[in-house]
Amino acid sequence: MKTKLRERMRELAAFCNKGAVPYWLTGGLITLGFILVYISPRSIPAFLLFVGGASLSYFLDMKKPAKLAFAVLVAIVLVPVLGARNIFYLEVIFQIAVFSALALGLNIVVGFSGLLNFGYMAFYAVGAYLWAFFGSQQPFLLHEIPGTAPQGTPFFLAPDWFYLFIFLGIIVAAIVGLILGLPVLRVRGDYLAVITLAFGEIVRQLLNNLDKPLNLTNGPQGITPIQRPTLTPEVVAFFNRIFEPLVGRPVTPNQFYNILFYLIALFVVILVIVITFRLDDSKIGRAWTAIREDELAAGAMGIPANKLKLGAFAVGASFAGAMGVLFAASRTFVSPESFTFLASVNVLTMVILGGIGSISGVIVGAVVVTILNLQVLQSISLWLAALRQSDAFIPIINFHWKDLSNQLDPSKYQRLVFGIILVLMMIYRPAGILPAARRKRELKVHAKDPEVEVAEPASPAGDREGKNV
Amino acid sequence: MSDANLIIDAREVVKRFGGLTAVNHMNFTMEKGRIYSIIGPNGAGKTTFFNTISGLYKPEEGTIVYEGRPIQGMAPEKITALHVARTFQNIRLFGGMTVVENILVGAYTRLKQNAVQAVLRTRAFVEQEKKAEKRAEELMEYVGLRGVGNELASSLPYGGQRRVEIARALASEPKLLLLDEPTAGMNPSESEDAMHLFRRLRDELGITILLIEHDMKVVMSISERISVMDYGEKIAEGVPAEIARNPRVIEAYLGRGAAGGEGAGAAAMEVAR
Repeated sequence: MKTKLRERMRELAAFCNKGAVPYWLTGGLITLGFILVYISPRSIPAFLLFVGGASLSYFLDMKKPAKLAFAVLVAIVLVPVLGARNIFYLEVIFQIAVFSALALGLNIVVGFSGLLNFGYMAFYAVGAYLWAFFGSQQPFLLHEIPGTAPQGTPFFLAPDWFYLFIFLGIIVAAIVGLILGLPVLRVRGDYLAVITLAFGEIVRQLLNNLDKPLNLTNGPQGITPIQRPTLTPEVVAFFNRIFEPLVGRPVTPNQFYNILFYLIALFVVILVIVITFRLDDSKIGRAWTAIREDELAAGAMGIPANKLKLGAFAVGASFAGAMGVLFAASRTFVSPESFTFLASVNVLTMVILGGIGSISGVIVGAVVVTILNLQVLQSISLWLAALRQSDAFIPIINFHWKDLSNQLDPSKYQRLVFGIILVLMMIYRPAGILPAARRKRELKVHAKDPEVEVAEPASPAGDREGKNV
Repeated sequence: MSDANLIIDAREVVKRFGGLTAVNHMNFTMEKGRIYSIIGPNGAGKTTFFNTISGLYKPEEGTIVYEGRPIQGMAPEKITALHVARTFQNIRLFGGMTVVENILVGAYTRLKQNAVQAVLRTRAFVEQEKKAEKRAEELMEYVGLRGVGNELASSLPYGGQRRVEIARALASEPKLLLLDEPTAGMNPSESEDAMHLFRRLRDELGITILLIEHDMKVVMSISERISVMDYGEKIAEGVPAEIARNPRVIEAYLGRGAAGGEGAGAAAMEVAR
């Protein structure tokens, strides 16, 4: 039964990859999804179809330029148009982009180098608070009680410093990553997990309490308003001239901010993906993997493990720092609430669910978890709430929906659903949705040496359990 | 023996683990371009001595001079950079990486590239990667591994893994190669091949080789000089024929009393292992 199903799936995959089929399939699904979302912007299945069609292009066998064309079309044209019609989707995709970058950063630390990190959100917080502090009135409120900004306090920096601060966020977060890295060099495994967990909490508690003696963070209230980069009316007008017929109505500057942040996030995430891929395929990436596999042997091969571990922490942190700055500006508000332990675990979940150490897997993990978080469970909640308001009931057992307890609200047991998904994944697919695979190199010698192949896999256990190093 | 000709000059090396003295005032010198062996019963301190040379352990006392430069207590990666490579007694490959990647990791210290070059994919970087890959393939060929470059290292049979470990060590372009029981777990024909390979490494590439070995057949036929360790001390040193006759050596292997019999020799040691 199971094998038969598997066979069918294989046949289906073979069919989908034949000749022009993948092009039609991807194009068709994207178009269909786009039309459906366009017509009914609130329909979740339509949106999922659209996202599914877009991500399908990655997996099917197509020429590279075609894939790229599909990706550009979806990212630059279709998503902004749909986003302008229903701003909520833009929010979803923005969050997917942000969390993809975070998950990729964490993947360098956890996936490539094998260093467990439970406090990753701290770096995100560093980036966010960096712009929150300098991009708001906060520097002038150092001696005020939180929440009592005098009327007419000016902003510290001009809004367009934001772009520079994305880079500053990278640098500052990397430095903080190095600082965290120093104690990390002394411990391994479980101890490392505890230290990083503590570090994450320390940062959050600092943000919570640094409203005295100098009011740096505004405490638990958080900092607001935070400036966004300036947007001239001309830009909005220009966008509207092209896209108004497509969207069906003019886009307000406020909505346009969402598109702007989406595009910046997209740009950063593409940069992050390129950097991750290229680092992975260099002596640095190989050294990270070697450290993960066997640190002692890596050292004996000439790899300075401490330096590379620090590097992994710094690179991973820098991605989070950049996204933190973006986050602060897009929300115009930050508070310590956003950087809890649970948030760190959330990112770790994306990495593990998607495929630890696998770049595409981690992105898929970010997509799945974010959509699950923001959309599917919430929409079920809404749907149940609507049912509860109605007079509908299940006939045979005579159950009236309005008697349904509030406790059964799916958004209330989101974590439970997550937990179940994770447990099932770890049992049936422990390497993740898209497991990491080593890159196959094009080697000249393909003929197998008979001698090596014939050699019986004699591996006497006694010899391998050496007592010495 | 002039000093300039020495590749390793270890004097009075002491390594303790708590109350146990694993290596006790060990003196050991080695000439360039030779094949030497260290033998001894289990727990004699051979691997510990190895580890003090390759930097995994820091000796409490004594000096180890490599090519005229003291290296005792240096970090292993720095010692590797000085062209010293090693293999491990219980194979320590990077099992989750392919064979080629394992060898490329071995070339870490010889690749001059940094993160910026890697991210920008400069022409120098791409060329260097290609060259390294080609070299890795040559090394695979040299140690007798063909067509398995893209296999995971852990999926290879035992003898194949030993070869990968040697290729990985060679990738760091060693002048001194430390092999810790390289033929352990091999059948006679495999160890024959291995010996042949070690001779070629020395004759063709000019690599000095220091072995720890239990297989007396290998030791006696390949070594130009043998040092015997017992309880952390060197109890004998000499050419194979001398060692085979040395009563202290036989005693160490077979216990007191066994050394009395004339002509115990290599045959007795063969039994011992």
